[in-house]
Amino acid sequence: MSLAVHLPILPIAIPALAAPVALLAMRRRRALAVGLGFGSCLAMLVTALALMARVSDGTILAYALGDWPAPFGIVLVADRLAAMMLVLTASLALIALLHAVVTRADRKGWHFHPLFQFQLMGLNGAFLTGDLFNLFVFFEVLLIASYGLMLHGQGPARLKAGVQYVVVNLVGSSVFLIALGMLYALTGTLNMADMGLRVAAVPAADQGMLRIAGLLLVSVFALKAAVAPLHLWLPRTYAVSTPAVAALFAIMTKVGVYAIIRVVPQVFGEGAGAAAWVPAPWMFPAALVSAGIGFAGVFVARSLSEQAAYAVIGSTGTLLIAVAAWTPESLGAALYYLAHSTLAGAALFLVADAAARRRGAFGDAASPGPAFAGRGIAAMLFMAAAIAATGLPPLSGFIGKLLILQSVAALPDWGWAWGVILGTTFIGVIGFARAGSAVFWKTGEGEAPAARTYRTDFAAPALALVLLAALSAGAGWASAYAGAAAAQVLDPARSAAVVLAEATP
Amino acid sequence: MSHEFLVASAIGVLVAGGIFLALRARTFQVVLGLTLFSYAVNLFLFASGRLVLGRPPIWDQAVTEYTDPLPQALVLTAIVITFGMTAFVVILALRGFLETGSDHVDGDSVPCDTQDGLAADSEETRL
Repeated sequence: MSLAVHLPILPIAIPALAAPVALLAMRRRRALAVGLGFGSCLAMLVTALALMARVSDGTILAYALGDWPAPFGIVLVADRLAAMMLVLTASLALIALLHAVVTRADRKGWHFHPLFQFQLMGLNGAFLTGDLFNLFVFFEVLLIASYGLMLHGQGPARLKAGVQYVVVNLVGSSVFLIALGMLYALTGTLNMADMGLRVAAVPAADQGMLRIAGLLLVSVFALKAAVAPLHLWLPRTYAVSTPAVAALFAIMTKVGVYAIIRVVPQVFGEGAGAAAWVPAPWMFPAALVSAGIGFAGVFVARSLSEQAAYAVIGSTGTLLIAVAAWTPESLGAALYYLAHSTLAGAALFLVADAAARRRGAFGDAASPGPAFAGRGIAAMLFMAAAIAATGLPPLSGFIGKLLILQSVAALPDWGWAWGVILGTTFIGVIGFARAGSAVFWKTGEGEAPAARTYRTDFAAPALALVLLAALSAGAGWASAYAGAAAAQVLDPARSAAVVLAEATP
Repeated sequence: MSHEFLVASAIGVLVAGGIFLALRARTFQVVLGLTLFSYAVNLFLFASGRLVLGRPPIWDQAVTEYTDPLPQALVLTAIVITFGMTAFVVILALRGFLETGSDHVDGDSVPCDTQDGLAADSEETRL
């Protein structure tokens, strides 16, 4: 028994162990908790990279918890897509944690570090699980932690937005359970691989139920992904969250997209008979509308953090336009854009915070304020983040959007997809340019606050942009990996064979 | 009346009441609505393994027919989670009410009863 065998459980076990220790250490020794947080995130990154190296040749690792055979016990499944999401989560977590520590946001409440680790545990678990009920459980783990993190720093604005956020997600969780109950009643299993094999055998009389279950399930994921018309909770929630937390939340909407990518081909894929691809016709228009709403929001938003929140919606919409085609090329393009848009969204939140901290009472409002120290660096970072978020060259957003445009060109609806993607890019560019020129260019009335900030708070957004630059520089390798991951996802029979064969010794 | 009908209509009534209350404007009603809704979901999950009368869910020497044990495990997990979440949302709603002086889900306007003095206190904390 070497450690390599247990690689798939480590991304869940590391934060699960780090969180309680951080909770114990936090009371008296903050430095210890900070060190522990960074250590845990680094360990997760190393594990995720090791896992990625392990599965990059197409291996699918199935890890039976407690050695119970697959359809009865719970399995973790690590393939290319899961490994990619783990690497992305760990990188984003490092950036967000760095920003939280540098800006001392982690001191504003009591339990930042433990909650942060629990959040990561939920995220990693959701990416690794091969079982629908455990997907629900890990969703709850990450949601519970996110409620705490969202309220971190207190204040009435956060409480107001928090009540809405929690209520919306509670309803979402309940609907998730209904969908799970229906699927279990129809197929008699909760293991995704097993369910994918059994949906074909669902009798014709129950096909309607199966379709409803599929649509309910996908609508829950769409709620988490903030796809229109289920996006209304997001802008307010993200805009009032502590910026470091909002940066981490940039991946939370992608968890919804990930769940759609994972579940739809496996359970409602080719082999599902009458229910095959049942959510697909709904996803494309919803994606178009959310891309439109997101970038329109970027255009009209009154503060930089609100703009970042709308950019998250817009990028999720763009992402789903590609996903909704369900071809290997478009899914590969979508996965590349997913990694990009997560980092770009996080960079926007962090830059908005860096600017807001220097503008005193003006905060991150998109209106002219006094000249402030460090305006040049902040403006450069904002411009780079805006370029990334809208998808202009040279950063990876351009490559991602180009790949998406290229891959959807073969579709019958390609005109809509092209029109919306190009149009929203244009609107987004104008929106960011307008806000950026108001904040960083024009000098308005008012007193510049005394410089109490340090340049170190530019480190985290700069790190995010460096990663984006790396994603552009390594675009060939990254898009090849994303393409391979997409091909693997769209071939569920192979992964089902591995998962179900794993535990029979 | 068969007990399938009873269970199904109970779930239906709970869902209807839950949705009605969850769409109300004030947090207390919304929390009650969510509670009703989660009861309905738990009953539904329980019924997802088919309704069987008088059969044990675990191995027993004396019987040959069983009821599906898995939904019971699922319901246990779901109950624990929803119970915890309800407790959390109650505390959150209470805290929001105390800090903003409004128990509206939107958080805007409609100040509470001025007689208990909370609205007056909250004027300065609202911004």
